[in-house]
Amino acid sequence: MNNQNIVIIDYDAGNVQSVKYALERIGISAELSDDVDKITKADKVIFPGVGEAAWAMKMLQKNGLDELIPQLKQPVLGICLGMQLMCESSEESHTKGLGIFPVKTLKFPAENKVPHMGWNQIKELKGELLNSITTESFVYFVHSYFVPVNEYTVAETNYIRNFSASLQRDNFYACQFHPEKSGDIGQEILSNFVKL
Amino acid sequence: MLAKRIIPCLDIKDGRTVKGINFVDLKDAGDPVELAKAYAEQGADELVFLDITATHEKRKPLLDMVAKVAQVLNIPFTVGGGISSCDDVDQILKAGADKIAINSSAIRNPELITELANRFGSQCVVLAVDARETEKDWEVYLNGGRIPTGIKLYDWLLEAERRGAGEILFTSMNHDGTKNGFANKALAKISQMINIPLIASGGAGCMKDFADTFTEGKADAALAASVFHYKEIEIPELKQFLRENNIPVRL
Repeated sequence: MNNQNIVIIDYDAGNVQSVKYALERIGISAELSDDVDKITKADKVIFPGVGEAAWAMKMLQKNGLDELIPQLKQPVLGICLGMQLMCESSEESHTKGLGIFPVKTLKFPAENKVPHMGWNQIKELKGELLNSITTESFVYFVHSYFVPVNEYTVAETNYIRNFSASLQRDNFYACQFHPEKSGDIGQEILSNFVKL
Repeated sequence: MLAKRIIPCLDIKDGRTVKGINFVDLKDAGDPVELAKAYAEQGADELVFLDITATHEKRKPLLDMVAKVAQVLNIPFTVGGGISSCDDVDQILKAGADKIAINSSAIRNPELITELANRFGSQCVVLAVDARETEKDWEVYLNGGRIPTGIKLYDWLLEAERRGAGEILFTSMNHDGTKNGFANKALAKISQMINIPLIASGGAGCMKDFADTFTEGKADAALAASVFHYKEIEIPELKQFLRENNIPVRL
């Protein structure tokens, strides 16, 4: 698995370098790129994201990545804002998403502190990405918007609401949490993705 | 359940850790990378690196350190100290830090909070504040607690939240270094007043102090330096103690 061609989509939305470092810690080298051709030819694609949804979508549109990502056939892993952008829309600045998951990203109601920041537990785990992970393991979250539980949910977390900690549909995988910052558990999840 | 976070703080000068640290397993106790790894392995939830390098030309050693820490560390970390512009923040985040902390520069130029939140997102903007309780009120101090500002603590924190700070790191100068516990009364008031996470700092002496700051102080995280550096408190034991006291922690 070490000679796979893994591309991390680098579209000027957040700390993509830490995803690359996390892969290096499990012995995988990955390339940062916003090049349509390179992304299309990759064995696997990671779609990270930190920041504001409308601005991030604009960055994707600049290179036609908004058209490309939903067409990809290889395993794709969206992280945090990347996962939210893979949905139909986000309440954040009323942004239209990529529509891979037919569900809307909503803002957390202010019933508790927002952002949801820190280590929280994942449960109801399903699918190849998470099936080696023990239920109620802790992973690291930082987000103010959430994807409700839906038919593509493969992990749930509770904060204010039960929400989707992870999604999967065909070759598209996504985590609301940051596997690259989630200690040993996070590294195992990234390994699982690399092994797909 | 969202866990309460334990955050060791490391003072950095010219890219090296400053305090005399006695980790037996470390080859080089002054190496922030080794130390960061050791803390992560012990179960620290996050780390804060506070750069106390006096001059601005010394930025490069810090950036090199941030990049090296980012390569080895699999938990989030914050970098603070001497950050006064969007460019400073851009460099530190690009080097691999997850969040930055601003303090004096935000007091001098509150607009900086707004600019950073808009450009990089609130999630990476930690507003650190040093304050002292006087007879009447809590007052904000500049430059590591040396210069009084006349600014009222609670007003300042509300403004910081409104401007887009994503988290508050509050150090009570009345408690810092005393080892008599955190400023739980003020912390509880802040925690109820603001709707962003709150890190308690200053006063940790024993494990019960941590439990108290989570229950009485309603803090979301607790930061300490010397009790961890000098191994007066071991993180695995601390977390076990907190769990036994029904405080949610990541074990």
